[in-house]
Amino acid sequence: MTLCGQERETLAAYLDGEVQAEQASAFEQHLRTCTECAAEVATMVSVRRAMRSARTRFTPSADFRRKIQAQSWPRQRSFKTFLSLSVAIAAFAILVVSLVWTRQSTLGGDAYREVADLHVSDLASANPYDVVSSDRHTVKPWFQGRIPFAFNLPELAGTEFTLLGGRLVYLDQQPTAQVVVGMRQHKISVLIVQESGALASGFPPSGGADVHYSFNLETWTSRGLRFFVIGDAEKAEIQRLAQAFESANQ
Amino acid sequence: MDRVFFEQLAMPLFDQLYNHACWLTGDRADAEDLVQETYAKALKGFGAFAEGTNLRAWMFRILRNAFLTSRSGLAARNTEYLEDENLKADEAVAHEVTPELLLQRSQNEQALFAALESLPVNYRQIILLCEVDEMSYREIAQVLDVPMGTVMSRLSRARSSLRAALGANVREEVR
Repeated sequence: MTLCGQERETLAAYLDGEVQAEQASAFEQHLRTCTECAAEVATMVSVRRAMRSARTRFTPSADFRRKIQAQSWPRQRSFKTFLSLSVAIAAFAILVVSLVWTRQSTLGGDAYREVADLHVSDLASANPYDVVSSDRHTVKPWFQGRIPFAFNLPELAGTEFTLLGGRLVYLDQQPTAQVVVGMRQHKISVLIVQESGALASGFPPSGGADVHYSFNLETWTSRGLRFFVIGDAEKAEIQRLAQAFESANQ
Repeated sequence: MDRVFFEQLAMPLFDQLYNHACWLTGDRADAEDLVQETYAKALKGFGAFAEGTNLRAWMFRILRNAFLTSRSGLAARNTEYLEDENLKADEAVAHEVTPELLLQRSQNEQALFAALESLPVNYRQIILLCEVDEMSYREIAQVLDVPMGTVMSRLSRARSSLRAALGANVREEVR
């Protein structure tokens, strides 16, 4: 009993929504004038609100839920498990396949793009060569100490190709020798880099020819080195130059 | 009512029943046993359950009956006789606890939970049913299998005890 004569029980019942409508409105009338009851109600409301956290204090484990469900509804449950399991497996398989596929295609795509970019940036550069010489005995030694591998340049004198020079570039974050060969008005880049996992997964190990951004590209590997021949010359001419490099590095 | 339909109605109550069982027993393993027994009994008896009546109250009632016959339930019943002796003291203390203090203490979750846990199981349960599971007095009467009048008076005593327990915690800290 409060000082004003209201039963606590009535206050609580009012908050619990357990009093009749007319009784409720009479009580609300009383609350407007009685500070004691108003404070009491406010406190009860706040305790009630705080009590809400007790609702989620204990949550059952997923294992226990499965156990109960399996015990109570076994047949249906097992079918559901089978269904969800097979769906999960299928989804996983699709995920793996698509991941591998996108990874390979992006790697391959990226590497092709990078090769093409290096060739184009060389064509556009005001200083296309770090070493300018038509003499392979000048160009090859220049790369010594600049790249972590060695390669042979074929003798191009007497062919339709002319050695123009070379420069150091980076492909797939690795030091790469770029040798530029002229053929009439065309320039052809030969890129030589150590074979890496990313390059290996993006390109065929040998004899891959392709057309990218209207460039003809020939690629192969030899003794741990990856070769690219790229240019806007005819496909047959790119292949001839590629063969010259391939036989020089066997 | 077929089994599948029953599952659709009964499984959504799973979290609530488990939480309630934990509050009653104070032990997760005991609570799991209790919930397991509840579902087993409900499944056995769902033919007798009249569709359209309150499934939640029915499930909670099964849980409560299972609890009363369980080890932790029997232990709780043995201490129940203290209830009335404590009552007068609780009432007295409850009036000493000012609304401000109560307000402040109830915001402290740990203090609130500790106070709730210190209550006799009958009081704890009726507060949980009313304020946590938000049951009407009618539903609570069904769960506890007591008349409406008993629900009101017990709820009132339970709240006084909770209030006293919140105040008591404060005094212990001050000391």
